[in-house]
This record gives sequence, C-alpha cells and structure tokens, in this order.
Amino acid sequence: MKRYHLNRLEELEAESIYVIREVFSQFENPAILFSGGKDSIVLTHLAKKAFWPAKITFPLVHIDTGHNFPETIAFRDALVEKLGVRLIVGSVQESINQGRVQEEQGLNASRNALQTTTLLDTIERHKFDAAMGGARRDEEKSRAKERFFSHRDDFGQWDPKNQRPELWNLFNGKKRMGEHFRVFPISNWTEMDVWQYILAENIELPSLYFAHERELIERNGTLLAVSEYLNMRGDEVKFTKTVRYRTCGDMPITGAIESTASTLEDIIQEIAATRLTERGSRADDKRSETAMEDRKKQGYF
Amino acid sequence: MEERFHTEGYLDMELLRFTTAGSVDDGKSTLIGRLLYDSKSIFEDQLEAVKSSSEKKGLVHIDLSLLTDGLKDEREQGITIDVAYRYFATPKRKFIIADTPGHIQYTRNMITGASTANLALILVDARKGVMEQTYRHSFIASLLQIPHIIVCVNKMDLVDYDQKVFNDIVSQYEDFAAKMDVKDIRFIPISALKGDNVVNRSENMDWYDGSTLLYTLENIHIGSDQNHLDARFPVQTVIRPHSDQYHDFRGYAGRVAGGVFRKGDEVVVLPSGFRSKIKSLFVGDSEKEEVFPPMSVTMTLEDDIDISRGDMLAKVNNQPDLNQDVEAMICWLNNRPLNPSAKYVLRHTTNEMRAMVKEIVYKLDISTLNRVQGDTTIQINDIFRARIRTTKPVLMDSYRTNRNTGSIILVDESSNETVAAGMII
Repeated sequence: MKRYHLNRLEELEAESIYVIREVFSQFENPAILFSGGKDSIVLTHLAKKAFWPAKITFPLVHIDTGHNFPETIAFRDALVEKLGVRLIVGSVQESINQGRVQEEQGLNASRNALQTTTLLDTIERHKFDAAMGGARRDEEKSRAKERFFSHRDDFGQWDPKNQRPELWNLFNGKKRMGEHFRVFPISNWTEMDVWQYILAENIELPSLYFAHERELIERNGTLLAVSEYLNMRGDEVKFTKTVRYRTCGDMPITGAIESTASTLEDIIQEIAATRLTERGSRADDKRSETAMEDRKKQGYF
Repeated sequence: MEERFHTEGYLDMELLRFTTAGSVDDGKSTLIGRLLYDSKSIFEDQLEAVKSSSEKKGLVHIDLSLLTDGLKDEREQGITIDVAYRYFATPKRKFIIADTPGHIQYTRNMITGASTANLALILVDARKGVMEQTYRHSFIASLLQIPHIIVCVNKMDLVDYDQKVFNDIVSQYEDFAAKMDVKDIRFIPISALKGDNVVNRSENMDWYDGSTLLYTLENIHIGSDQNHLDARFPVQTVIRPHSDQYHDFRGYAGRVAGGVFRKGDEVVVLPSGFRSKIKSLFVGDSEKEEVFPPMSVTMTLEDDIDISRGDMLAKVNNQPDLNQDVEAMICWLNNRPLNPSAKYVLRHTTNEMRAMVKEIVYKLDISTLNRVQGDTTIQINDIFRARIRTTKPVLMDSYRTNRNTGSIILVDESSNETVAAGMII
C-alpha cells in the first residue's frame, strides 16, 4: 500500500507546481510577487522546479517600500542573478514623489498600506494578468477564504462574498480586459510545511531568519530594529539582543523574536514549541480586527 | 513543551482533506474550534483575540466558533458565508479542513469543499435529529464520491448523553443512507462544546465503545482513494528550454491523473492516436523510474510527436472514452439560471471547449432523492442529470472510476463565472 504514496510535502509540492503551470498556460503575462520573504522564496523555488530545465519565464515583481531590511534587497538581487529572471521593482518612494499616496505621519508611521497603490500601479503599467503570491491560508483569518485563483476587478479589488466556486483541480482564469487574478500556489501550506520544505530542499534564505545580534527597542511588546526608518520616542531605550525574524516585512513594523536558532533544524524545533502565530509579530495586522480583510479588499497582497 | 520534535516522522505524515457540513447552529464552528483547541493547534495570540471578542459579545465561555469565522459580516452575523480552509496537524497526520456553511443558499460552497475531500464530517444536532439539510449534505458527499463519511451526533450533553437518542438517529440515518452510494459511514456521539469524544474520550457515555473523532481522523485508511489502475496524463504545457545544454529537450508537463507510468512504457497520445515510449520522467530536475497520482511531473518520449495542452497520454490497452456527447450529474452554482440555448465553456482536465446542455434527463429532489421529470428550469443549487454536446471530443472516464478525468465545470462566456460542476456518468 505504501508504494504509491506521497508524503504531505510531496503532495503539497505537486499541487503547487500544478497551479503554477496552470498560471503559465492560462494567462498571457503572469508575474511572481516577490517580497524577499521565505514564502515568496519557496514559491520561486517551486516555479523553478515546475519548468526545469527551462528558466522561469515570469518576472519577479518586488514592491519596494524603501523600508526593507538591506539583507532582503541583497538576497533578492543575488537570487535574480542566479536564476536569470527579470526583476521589476515598483517603488513606494516613487508613488510618494508622484503624489499618488501620502506618507503616514507619527510614531507608528508605516508604508505598509501605501504598497497597495504601488502594487496596483505596477500591475497596470506592466499589464500583468496574473500575479502569483506566496500567501498562505493559515496565516490570517481572511486569507482562509482565498481561492487559488482569486479574481480582481478592474480596480484591483477583491470581493470575498462573491468568489467563484473552485472545484477539483479545474481552475477558471477567465476575465475581462483590465481585470486580473491573484494566484496563491502555496495556499494549503502551513508555516511548518514551509520550513520543513526549505530544510528538505535545502533552499537558501536571507540571513534575517537566523539568530544574529541586533540593536532594538521594545514597543507594545514588539521588538523593533533600530533604523533610520523608525520614528522613536524620547523615552525609548535602545539595547542589543540575539534575535531572528519569523517574517520579513518592513523594518519599522516587523518584530524580531529572541532566539538563538542558527540552523534550519533549530528553527523547526523553535516553531514546533512556539505558542504565537507568525503574524503576531506584525504591527500592521494589529491595527484592527479586520485590518487584513480591509487591506485585501482594496488590492493588498 | 520539553519533548523534542521529531522531524523524521513529521516528514512522512499523510495529508487528509476533509469537509465539514452542518445545519445552522448545530455547532460546526464550535467543533472545529474544539479540534484545533484540544489538538493544541491554536496559538496564544489567536486565543487572546477570541477571548476578547467573546467578552465584547458578553459571553461567559470562550466562543470557539469565533476562531473559524473569518470575514467581518460573518462575525457580526454569527454565520459562515464562504468556504474557509483550516489546518492542523497531529503527530500522525496533517489535516486540511474545508469548512463550508450549512445554509441552503450556500450549497455551492459545500460542493466546492467536497470536491477535493477524502472524508466528510456531517453534524447532526442530537435534539433535532436528522433534518432535511443532513440529507442534502450527505447526498452531496455521496454524489461527489467522498470515500468516507463520519456522522457526528452533536450536543449529546443536552440530551443527557442518552444512548437511545443516539441509536435512533443512527437508524434514521442508515435508512436514508441505504439509498446513497457511500462505502464507509461511521457514527460518533459527541459534545463539541464540552469536548466529549472529540479529542478526549467522554466520561459521560460509557455505552459508546467506538473511537473518538480525532482518533478516527488519524487512522482512517486513505491510501486507496486515488486511482492507480487507469494510466492518464493530461498535458498541461510543453517545456522547451532552447538552451545549449538542453537543446533538443521537449518535456510534457502535467499532473498524473490516474494509474502508474514507468520509464519505457508504451503510451498512446490522444486524440491523435500516435504511439511512443516514455524516455524519461522528472520531478523538477530529479529523474524518476515511475510516477503516479497526484504527482506533477515532466515526461519525455522517444519520438518527436506533436503534442500540446489538452492532449492526454494513456496506455494503449486502457484508454479513456472519446466522445462529443457527455452525460453527467450537474450541480448548478450560479444565480443566473441555465440558459438552454446558450453555449458554455466546458473545462475538463487541461482541456477546454464550447458546449451546450442539450437535454435535461431529470432533476433530483435532494430531500427525497426522487427524480423529477419534465421540469427543465434549472436554478442555483439544483442538481440534475443532463446530456451535453461539445464542439470537440472529450477524453473522459466516469467520475466514479476517476475523479480527475471524470469531472467538468461549465463557465458562462458572458460573465466568465463558473456556473456549474459536473460529474460524468
């Protein structure tokens, strides 16, 4: 009985590769939304496997808030070079300069929400009809309702109450001019699956994910990296700790966790024992109970 | 958590996909919350969020159903609108739950959730017994050929854990189930609210000597749910690297939809009928001796043949039907009724063509399973048997023998929406 048997990682991989190949076949101009985080790195790795020995034909699209960790940008450039793929950068700074969006003010100012405009502008400028992302359904409650092929109207908006039914493996990517799809090939993966897969496939990651020393402050229970992008209150005290990151968001909003995990095995042990969700360290989700749903409806990742 | 996490065992875990269905208020969300909670799959920050929402609503207990209601409207109205996917794992298996709403108007979501499930969990309120919705859900599970059904008789705490109540519901359900096509049905008396027989054995129902729900989910045999007999390989796309190193490489990419393909096997390309032998099989860059469902692979053949998306590879002595007339059980999923004179796009494996619904053989009354003849108006949530005519031949098997090559969807050409799901007879 065990002979024709896939373990769960092999089954998830097969599903994701199938979805990526459907995107390639059903759309004219697809792209991978690449944040530099582990999920989009895994997605890119799966795309590489899906078309081997051919190169990935999709460009990687990075929405650069200008507040990224420098490690993320260095990793992105090295990966693009290695895979020989095209990189397209949508710059939030440019959107600000053009007056498309206004920079938030104040202590907790973040460019997170501004990304949506830059993302939609980039999709429109390059006429992408499918944008693949590394979002997972286990990440957040409104993401649990996402389809693999998620339809967006010509304003880039998501209508969660009126989604197309998605049956078996029959994906429907039909759309009108000006509309596009967001596609989530790793929808069914959990954080643990992603880490186990990274270990099994020996996938390279930015150094941020592993324990390192960093200068930090603590705000509302979150450890934030000291950087030129972080607005600080006078009474906030800097200190140095050994930390790592569970997600790679913008510097001013992504919380570090205290950790000495320096290998993938260590990280997996740590996640197995952890009692907090990975987005729990993201200040952008804590703004309100429906913060993610509201942003997603407007066209966020 | 002191004990060391076992990477080895975890890597080898199987995946079980199940769908949950129930009527309004029969405690489905609470049950899922209970499974997540008792299997320690809920994180502290999620629990904190639910605690504070429960307090805001003035509840005394933590409302576990809040864990699964995702959208704003759902939490405000206390209902589930759309299919939500949940994940949890025990040391034995990883589970994907397609949590579907129970309202009549959302039957289409139930069908969506059921289409990829190995198992259906059906909830019955012990106080109310088997209801019309129970029949509807069970029938859909059997129609979509979900191999296993678990009927959870919930809220046993509200009927004093009475064995007679449970037995009556079991026999009532069995009478109905005799008319359906399900191989494996099990019954478990539970209280999702109190936790009886969900993860932990109930101390209130000594008379029940079966397994708890979680134990059943962990141990039910799913190894034979895939078709390993009839080799089918629908081609998704052709990979041509045009690089110096792989100048002549021509790989056919796709997901094995049935049977087993081995290196050296003779295959027939459909619909052209050309024959060749398998030269090599790849998953990514790693070469394989044999491939089987649901693997995504790349195949090369000994001969250069014209093959493109929508073609299918099979074995010479075991081929799918090739026909422009398709007879299927269809569920209508769209608010716009079926237009008998309209052409729809039919999608089947990696193929797509235009099609018309030529004849409605009968409609089905889901609560009685009676066939209704002569009624040809088809509206959302209707289930009917139909004859479809396509503009080019479909390479099909019956849904019963193969879910992958026996399923179709119809797409409305004007709205681009998926309007129907069909199971080929």
